[in-house]
Amino acid sequence: MANRIPRVPVREQDPAVRATNFEEVCYGYNSEEAQLEASRCLNCRNPRCVGSCPVHIDIPGFIRQMVDGNYAEASTIISADSSLPSVCGRVCPQETQCEGSCVLGIKGEPVAIGKLERFVGDWAIDHADELPRPEIKRNGKRVAIVGSGPAGLACASDLARAGYDVTIFEALHAVGGVLVYGIPEFRLPKERIVAKEVEAVKRLGVKVETDVIIGRTMTVDDLLDKEGFDAVFVGSGAGLPRFMGIEGENLNGVFSANEFLTRANLMHAYDSHYDTPIYTGHKAVVVGGGNVAMDAVRTARRLGAESVIVYRRSEAELPARVEEVHHAKEEGIEFKMLTNPVKILSDDKGWVKGIECVEMELGEPDESGRRSPIVKEGSNFTIDCDVVIMALGTSPNPLIKSTTKGLDTTRRGCIVADEEGRTTRKGVFAGGDAVTGAATVILAMGAGRKAAKAIQEYLSE
Amino acid sequence: MFEIVSRRELASNIVEMKVNAPRIASSALPGQFLIVRTDPFGERIPLTICDYDPKNGTVTIVTQTVGHSSHKINDLQVGDKFDDVAGPLGRPSDLLDLPEEELKKKKILFVAGGVGTAPVYPQVKWLKEHGVTADVIIGAKTKDIFTYVNEMKTVGNVYLCTDDGSEGFHGMVPALIKDLIDNQGKTYDHCVIIGPMIMMKFASLTTKEYGIPTMVSLNALMVDGTGMCGACRVTVDGQTRFTCVEGPEFDGHKVDFDEAMRRQNMYRNNPKIKSETDNCKCNG
Repeated sequence: MANRIPRVPVREQDPAVRATNFEEVCYGYNSEEAQLEASRCLNCRNPRCVGSCPVHIDIPGFIRQMVDGNYAEASTIISADSSLPSVCGRVCPQETQCEGSCVLGIKGEPVAIGKLERFVGDWAIDHADELPRPEIKRNGKRVAIVGSGPAGLACASDLARAGYDVTIFEALHAVGGVLVYGIPEFRLPKERIVAKEVEAVKRLGVKVETDVIIGRTMTVDDLLDKEGFDAVFVGSGAGLPRFMGIEGENLNGVFSANEFLTRANLMHAYDSHYDTPIYTGHKAVVVGGGNVAMDAVRTARRLGAESVIVYRRSEAELPARVEEVHHAKEEGIEFKMLTNPVKILSDDKGWVKGIECVEMELGEPDESGRRSPIVKEGSNFTIDCDVVIMALGTSPNPLIKSTTKGLDTTRRGCIVADEEGRTTRKGVFAGGDAVTGAATVILAMGAGRKAAKAIQEYLSE
Repeated sequence: MFEIVSRRELASNIVEMKVNAPRIASSALPGQFLIVRTDPFGERIPLTICDYDPKNGTVTIVTQTVGHSSHKINDLQVGDKFDDVAGPLGRPSDLLDLPEEELKKKKILFVAGGVGTAPVYPQVKWLKEHGVTADVIIGAKTKDIFTYVNEMKTVGNVYLCTDDGSEGFHGMVPALIKDLIDNQGKTYDHCVIIGPMIMMKFASLTTKEYGIPTMVSLNALMVDGTGMCGACRVTVDGQTRFTCVEGPEFDGHKVDFDEAMRRQNMYRNNPKIKSETDNCKCNG
């Protein structure tokens, strides 16, 4: 019988303290808390949480093992469907996926599935040596994976388990894609978590080569024709940052969120031991309302800047996770909703000195189903600031498209792929942001897993 | 991987290195760049590829010491290794797209300034291999800081100029461009300029006067260099373009050089920012 207790609260770093450091915000459950929270699961006969998980983890299954402290068994259950539980437990939008459909959530609080998954993932990292290694029968077929982000890692790990000889090619010097360049240390620790989950994928026999830019160092055709790979999965991620097209966007002090976060995360610019510089000024305005905007504004705050979110719709439409918005507010971030920039103002040396905005109001729902923002005429006002960070999404990287024969892309430049990741080029599969445009870690993982299945079918033909 | 197999000082603070990077050596083309990182704490520094040797698996880079990161690069010795060398990046020179017949008819002028000379070399060499001998202006403040002159003479017709008149034509590159055309009967229908931003700006203004189509190789700030961060954006013909994937060569008559120079110095000697840095192509 499930334990009728309220959701076990999770311990977090004090907001006033964490706003000045890059240590992880959330401490996660300890064993006692995890067991207690696990005991709340009703173990539904028809678990809706599993259906809402993009990789269909047997959620009640692993939680049942946790109640008795069988963490190794819980870990084995999760690994059947996910190679990155410590990552997903931290960054998945559980409130709209597994936890969003938990029956307990109808009248009260859903089971803290994300926090439980995180606990199991972290436990597995700490006990990697004791966990049984899956027995893998090698089949000698070779698959190349382009990009070491969540899509590539998930695809690689499924294929390696199925006996394929897998090599991941990564353009940057570090492995993990958006997990290392995009998501900040305070949400997803790099050494302690990301590197360890990558290690676990490598233990399955997956090889990783960094500093190889597919489309430049080698092409997809090279991989198939010269390097002897039998299939290629393209998980090259999102690409060029978008800007608004307003006056002043190339002033000194205007950055894309990608640049700002890459400096901080991949290049460790927040740490004085590293050479890469970063500039936040006294006051930073971040334009946008997604998770990337929250990551950028909270990073700027930690680097000492007074930090503001400017978003053209209202708080209800913020695409960011509720938890991120909540954490940002606790850390002293100002939210200026229904506000849209029209011009970035320059000082006499070409540096940002302010941002001119207009007030917005909500009109009829647009194609996205959200009420579309309309300018309030004559409402122009200026926010003084010395940094502006644009977090408006990305458009696909042109490198692979322009160097791969027979690979169709959409009008917007995304790679065309079916539900299972098959592209228009035989033997080439794709998934994640390169196909969908900017989305989430877990959706990319789901796409990587589906493609892994399609690749196995293709190579068994 | 990425071991330094040879190293020589070309001039004070200017060092040439051949680095073992077989994959880049076999895929590099004239006009492209690469990114190096000396150590786990280092910046990712973009450098134009100055030569490549697919047979021996090496690429050549030339770096001028201007700040902390270029200092770290130039401190490395034969046998030392870079942590990372990634490339080739950017689009190859437009000249490579021309059909051979058309290319052979072209009268091409290269204008190289300072440490930008070495990056001109692979383009002139490639043309020579394809039956075209180009004219090459190499400009320097004074004769002691000329680099790559002998190498260049083996592949092109070299014209030197110095600001102080210590060797060759007395004057800056725009004046020598004018002299070649006005007084020496030269005509050109294509020009490539590589060097310091300020030199590229004024040399481009000169070729514009003569209506010579001109490409310049921009040394913008970059972080990843693969089309992700947008730090390298420049305004060309009123449009924002990304140097790393759409460049590094752009139409010199349409680049907003003043903006490009301002952006290039965003982190350099800037009291607003914590560290001294290069974070731009240290060789033009």
